[in-house]
Amino acid sequence: MSSTVLKKALTFQELLFTLQTFWAARGCVLQQPYDLEVGAGTMSPDTFLRVLGPRPIRIAYAQPSRRPADGRYGENPNRLFRHTQLQVILKPPPERVQDVYLDSLVAIGIALREHDIKFEEDNWEWPVGGAWGVGWQVMLDGQEITQFTYFQQCGGMDLDPISGEITYGLERIAQFLQDADSIYDIVWSRDAVTGAELTYGDVRLHEEEQFSAYSFDYADVASLWKHLELFETECLALLAEGRELFADEASDRLAVKRFPVMGAYELALKCSHSFNLLDARGAISVTERVGVMARIRTLIVGVARLYVEQERLKQLTLPAGPPA
Amino acid sequence: MAEFLFEIGLEEVPARMIAGAEAELLRRVLALLGRERLLPESFDPLAGAKSYSTPRRLAVAVSGVRERQAAVSEEVTGPAVKIAYKDGVATPAAEAFARKAGVAVADLKTVQTPKGEYLAATTVKTGRAAAEVIAAEMPKELAAIYWAKTMYWLSPTGQGTSGGDPVRVGKPERFVRPVLWMACLLGETVVPVAFGGRVAGRATFGHRVLSSGDAFDVVSPESYAAQLQGEFVLPDVEARRHRIRKALDRAMREVPGARWREDHALVDAVTHLTEWPEVLLGGFEADFLQLPEEVLVTVMRDHQKYFAVENASGKLMPHFLTVVNIALNERNAAIIRQGNERVLRARFNDARFFWEFDQRVALADRVKLLDNVTFQKDLGSYAAKSERVRALAAALAGQIGGFVDLGALDEAARLAKTDLTTELVKEFTELQGVIGGLYAAAQGVSAVAAEAIYDQYVPAGMDGGVPRSVEGALLGIADRADTIAGMFGLGMEPTGSKDPFALRRSANGIVKILADTGVGLTLEPVIRLASKSEATGIKMTAFFRERLEFYLREVKGQAYDVVAAVMVTNFGDVRDAIARAEAISGVRGSQDFVAVCTAFKRMNNILTQASERSYRIAAQVQYGELQEGAEVALSQQLELRATEIENLASGLDYAGAVLEIARFGPLLTRFFEDVMVNVEDEDLRAKRLGLIAKILAEFSRIADFSQIVTAG
Repeated sequence: MSSTVLKKALTFQELLFTLQTFWAARGCVLQQPYDLEVGAGTMSPDTFLRVLGPRPIRIAYAQPSRRPADGRYGENPNRLFRHTQLQVILKPPPERVQDVYLDSLVAIGIALREHDIKFEEDNWEWPVGGAWGVGWQVMLDGQEITQFTYFQQCGGMDLDPISGEITYGLERIAQFLQDADSIYDIVWSRDAVTGAELTYGDVRLHEEEQFSAYSFDYADVASLWKHLELFETECLALLAEGRELFADEASDRLAVKRFPVMGAYELALKCSHSFNLLDARGAISVTERVGVMARIRTLIVGVARLYVEQERLKQLTLPAGPPA
Repeated sequence: MAEFLFEIGLEEVPARMIAGAEAELLRRVLALLGRERLLPESFDPLAGAKSYSTPRRLAVAVSGVRERQAAVSEEVTGPAVKIAYKDGVATPAAEAFARKAGVAVADLKTVQTPKGEYLAATTVKTGRAAAEVIAAEMPKELAAIYWAKTMYWLSPTGQGTSGGDPVRVGKPERFVRPVLWMACLLGETVVPVAFGGRVAGRATFGHRVLSSGDAFDVVSPESYAAQLQGEFVLPDVEARRHRIRKALDRAMREVPGARWREDHALVDAVTHLTEWPEVLLGGFEADFLQLPEEVLVTVMRDHQKYFAVENASGKLMPHFLTVVNIALNERNAAIIRQGNERVLRARFNDARFFWEFDQRVALADRVKLLDNVTFQKDLGSYAAKSERVRALAAALAGQIGGFVDLGALDEAARLAKTDLTTELVKEFTELQGVIGGLYAAAQGVSAVAAEAIYDQYVPAGMDGGVPRSVEGALLGIADRADTIAGMFGLGMEPTGSKDPFALRRSANGIVKILADTGVGLTLEPVIRLASKSEATGIKMTAFFRERLEFYLREVKGQAYDVVAAVMVTNFGDVRDAIARAEAISGVRGSQDFVAVCTAFKRMNNILTQASERSYRIAAQVQYGELQEGAEVALSQQLELRATEIENLASGLDYAGAVLEIARFGPLLTRFFEDVMVNVEDEDLRAKRLGLIAKILAEFSRIADFSQIVTAG
């Protein structure tokens, strides 16, 4: 690629701005990243819970996603402990949503006729969340840059309406745009006045080094197991209490509305992250693995069902018509 | 007569599903048109119909479709004559019938029925307009197309309209991917087929990127393909495949001495991933060629869908070919090449990292790690499985005559599963076994053991080779038999379409290894030594019997009845069963052999009856004791030739033996023409029954010929 092209390529943060602006202009609410450890943007309640139930939504947010086992101490040019997904949920998807997506590529400087773009079958599945969908990985000159999914089930429940999910791998796209062989060479920002550049490595390398070390070498296995059990116990107790509350027709409306289903979800997410850390530490045998995943599935699917029930009850208690 | 065109435009359909769906759509459209009397009598589907597909569309064009269903005349019966006429005058009943039938009262006829005389009328049902019929019937055909996986995109119940965006309305069908458009023309008339929230019109779309992106009208069914080509879509699959092959060849002219590695499945995949395919040559650093070719090819082929490039002697060269879905020019070719090369470099770097990382712990030291890798929760870890396979492989080796390197076999069985703990196998699961074999070779494990490990999962299907050595064959058999026996022991045998542990494939693998290698083993000891209980052994025997039948039919192309005939005896010797089946198929057309088969059916029936009636059957029969010329001749010939047939069969010359048996055809025919078996004379009857029993016993060691289906 000629250097003139390079100069024009968006910085990492400009890439994020551009995509957010693009989707905001198409009716998306811009949400901030979820402030809890998640393995993928899908696990944020802005996706996982919002795709449930009947209420339409368009939402977009950048989600730092932690996968402890993928850490490489900052030494591998293509793998990260924590990468950034731009998650777009379109519930229901608009007409010709693929064309809208392609427009977003044009917006970040990808001239469609200058590249080879293919939508290749790739069906997404998150067994622990009882969730799956069908869709594609979008390949740009041989690189997977986006996961495109029509959600079909979540929390083991059929979805209605269907949500379209577009997940951009921001590091990969930035690497592609900037022709960077290493993620750490991606230009994160460029000073508008001096032109001085900060790279991805400048901003994030120390995190990768330290969190790889923490995940692989330091995290205390006994404590992690305890955390997992504590979070699980509390989550299960909340689920039981919620079920009882929602099943009782005499329950107070306000108590139903305020019942912390989302709190239970956060506890389930913490279990999931503890599990991932234990996995990275090599502390989970393959035999145990299946069992622990089933335990977390119970929590997450339980939360999803409770959430749907809560939303249903909230709808029921709304006034019948517009206020006089 | 008119030309008909139907096209359904879809968001990208999975490549693996397109060919089947294209064929099914064509089949369904022709069935619909035929059923609805919209095709001419002389319709030739090969000349008159054509189907198309790309990732974004399926289409069918049919020429010579009737614009209206052919009229059908039909006789309808009305009221009884005595009710229809009073004193020779038509009653209201007759008038009502005439009105209903659409004829004048004067045109009514009378017919004689078992119940008496009735009125009748010949009505001519005029056909419905083709467009109306197709619009009504086509949606059902579309909805019935089989897809491996389907989805909803419209709201399954049409709900969810409160606030925000309106949900797209329409009947929510499940389909492979969202429907974007439909075009349906009969001649120049639009047929408004409604499906998937869309109604068919005249418009279609070109290439996603290369065309203007706007819809354009199909002028007529005949112009469809040419119009699409003008918008950078080649709708004909064969044309695209041809274009890809030519372009691959052409790209190879840039590299002296190079050729692309033939790969039909990959050509197929990229054909179904592109509407306008072109080919681009890329390269990688020659250093990567130090990595095992298997790893490089897997990355290129399975992960990137690139064609590998090799020299005249088949050695990999540092190039690859990618099939793009865009028109290339100098500028974009450079950009696309660079992008693909960067991706490949990153992937190769990963593979190199894993390859070197894994070598730090030798396979021998990984054996203990297998304790923590579960094979199946009730069957224990892979360490336990490896121990069982070691014992079973050794026991199987004891069953065969030829030389087996027992030390290498044992080492291979011990190390076979250790590659499951390597990073490279976690990354490239499809290379399990292969990677173990490569590491073993690199770590100084004996070549025989390394090769056996490498080949342990071969064959994966019914195509492809078998293990190269007897040790590899024994390891492959022992591994699969252990899995099957373990699962059967737990009651987890496959049922119907459910075979979650792919046990059928495992058993097929064993059958193929026994058939295609000279390992000299039969199924009986495999089942006996692998099964832990008699009950499991019995279930496994039935299972393998069914697998061998499948193999004989599907792989060896043997007819059902031939398979049934040879399975009656000694089926456990796979190669023997194949040889016997082939021998029978070789003569089954001959008149003499048909006579033998017919006679065998009669002989079986006679003996069954005899045993039902408790008739005595003589154990010994001398031809001198018989009366008729036909039976004496038959008995004589049997004595003369039985030994010869036996010798041919035990010399495995089944073709010769079956030919000899076929020569009995005329004798047997004459026997049944001239001789009555069930005579009153008890002694003579016993002798005749004895003769029949002897023939059956002598000849049935090769097959039960009574199973062969004969005409008439």
